[in-house]
Amino acid sequence: MATNDPTPNNARPDNARVVKRLLFVVVGMFGFGFALVPLYEVFCDITGFNGRTKNEQAAVNTRQIDTSRTINVQFITRVNKGMPWGFSPEVNSVRVHPGETKVVNFLASNPTGQNMVAQAIPSVAPGEAGLYLNKTECFCFNQQPLAAGADTKMPMQFYLDPDIPEHIHTLTLSYTMYDMTANAQPDVLATFEATPSAD
Amino acid sequence: MSTVAGEMDHTDHHHHAPSGITRWLFTTNHKDIGSMYLWFSFIMFLVGGSMAMVIRAELFQPGLQLVDPHFFNQMTTVHGLIMVFGAVMPAFTGLANWMVPLMIGAPDMALPRMNNWSFWILPFAFAILLASLFMEGGGPAFGWTFYAPLSTTYSSDSTALFVFSVHIMGISSIMGAINVIVTIMNMRAPGMTYMKMPLFVWTWFITAFLLIAVMPVLAGAVTMVLTDKYFGTSFFDAAGGGDPVLFQHIFWFFGHPEVYIMILPSFGIISAIIPAFSRKRLFGYSSMVYATAAIAGLSFIVWAHHMFTTGMPVAAEIFFMYATMLISVPTGVKVFNWVATMWRGSITFETPMLFALAFVILFTIGGFSGLMLAITPVDFQYHDTYFVVAHFHYVLVSGAIFSIMAAAYYWLPKWTGHMYDETLAKWHFWCSLISVNLLFFPMHFAGLAGMPRRIPDYSLQFADINQIVSIGGFAFGLSQLIFLWVVIKCARGGEKAPAKPWEGAEGLEWTVPSPAPYHTFETPPEVK
Repeated sequence: MATNDPTPNNARPDNARVVKRLLFVVVGMFGFGFALVPLYEVFCDITGFNGRTKNEQAAVNTRQIDTSRTINVQFITRVNKGMPWGFSPEVNSVRVHPGETKVVNFLASNPTGQNMVAQAIPSVAPGEAGLYLNKTECFCFNQQPLAAGADTKMPMQFYLDPDIPEHIHTLTLSYTMYDMTANAQPDVLATFEATPSAD
Repeated sequence: MSTVAGEMDHTDHHHHAPSGITRWLFTTNHKDIGSMYLWFSFIMFLVGGSMAMVIRAELFQPGLQLVDPHFFNQMTTVHGLIMVFGAVMPAFTGLANWMVPLMIGAPDMALPRMNNWSFWILPFAFAILLASLFMEGGGPAFGWTFYAPLSTTYSSDSTALFVFSVHIMGISSIMGAINVIVTIMNMRAPGMTYMKMPLFVWTWFITAFLLIAVMPVLAGAVTMVLTDKYFGTSFFDAAGGGDPVLFQHIFWFFGHPEVYIMILPSFGIISAIIPAFSRKRLFGYSSMVYATAAIAGLSFIVWAHHMFTTGMPVAAEIFFMYATMLISVPTGVKVFNWVATMWRGSITFETPMLFALAFVILFTIGGFSGLMLAITPVDFQYHDTYFVVAHFHYVLVSGAIFSIMAAAYYWLPKWTGHMYDETLAKWHFWCSLISVNLLFFPMHFAGLAGMPRRIPDYSLQFADINQIVSIGGFAFGLSQLIFLWVVIKCARGGEKAPAKPWEGAEGLEWTVPSPAPYHTFETPPEVK
């Protein structure tokens, strides 16, 4: 909208310039669509939006345990559609004080006749609680190999950041187990050769 | 593109246009292209409508009668895609092609050869989409919103065809939008300042900006679906570090402006018709322009109201709730202005006015149910029920489609040079009005009672409502054949139309004879 005084249409209007600018917008918006992917990542990491957890090893808690509060941490497990593994938490929930470190074991079994590799993906509800869930050790950091017919106990050690907002009394940690056999990392696959049968 | 514009020399027009099929294949005339767009959209309207008839026939009774669930899903999906991208959007582009140059006193669109392209790639896009229905595994069955992982992990092999057809539709709309913007910016007659442009031109101008802003985002979304499904990327696959919810954010970042793309030109049409038949000037012209711009601006910050149930933080839900409700302010301004225009006007009720009046009332009902859906806590109940289906059909059928019908009746004398058959047209209107309400109003109740959308079967307690809805659906579908009859009859003959067939109509399009000659405004008119 450069001017309020339109070009008379018997003159040759400068269409090329406008078209170029508009095409620039089109290309820019196409790029923006893809830029939303990393932007969303960053946004979720900062805000805990969408139940992301910090999926990396946290430092051991050095802060005071807040014994005045108790938070109920629930565990849900599921396997992705078509994934034949058994997968369950050893306990369905634990009550923890913020700052207190707990270990919860998860049980996985591979009932098939093939060696398989899986990856568990965490999600926390409510989403904002995800920011305060610190895992010092978790099977979910790595791909999990499991030989044919084997089962295993996988530990997850965590504590809740004492800064966790007052209104959060319960949080739910959900793991979904995905079949990653086709996309397994070479060092994970190598464990099958080292130990022909797990346990 | 620059050479196309450069070669548009007004002294070497083809005064002997090629005849037969080549006239239509090679035409760069905005009126020819506008007519082709309108006919194409009407054909797509009937095709998409037939799919709706399959849906309503299956839902006439509880249980599975006529089609299997997978085919039912294909029908709901392709019905949505065809109506959005094949019927409503091309109809508006056709109206823009026909009317924008006539309304601003331009001889043609600014980029006539690109115009030819943007139309002629469309039939191929829809041929690809419809052909996918006949493939092994069937066509797209994941809903017109193609949420991942339905469209990635669980979709049939025809998904690639779906993706390519959406790419082509997107390219077509983007080219059409660029053409409209360049035409409006560069081709206005001397004295036609921005604030003198008819509102149809203004609303299309703003719509075109929305199109070039969001159609590329849609292209990106389908491309990500394509690479996730066929090339091993993990944009939306949690196992590979992606996130299926991200899909919904990207889709609705496109999708919400898209719904305004399908309604803003309607506002322009209604703002032309109501003053004409009230014999008064439009009340609050400049507030109409600003309200349109405000709606367009707000459309970019409300997308997540489609996703209240995905587990967003409360703060985000509240933000999107209030931002959405804010849109009812500029929309209310518009409805107020239309009513104020009619206030103490000398109103007559020719068919365009009837459709415009029905638009104002029924679109407002759709707006209110939208407001209800915007309320986060109750959306948890309404989400994915027939209440949503009722809402968006009120704004799209009795909103957008009714405005297109109104526009067709309003400008048919200008297009064909004949008056349409008013009696038949009134039959079309009343049949459509009654049946559209019979069709969509009871859906509100089905939805509030808990009937989910996109299912081929339902619980017995919904049987009565669905039977009424289906009868309304068949009646509405058949009523549109009257429209076809009126248009064909009008094109073939009838009472000669004067240059200005409507007493109260204003605008440059009424200064040229009816039918509008093949070339108009080769000498620009002077606008005072």
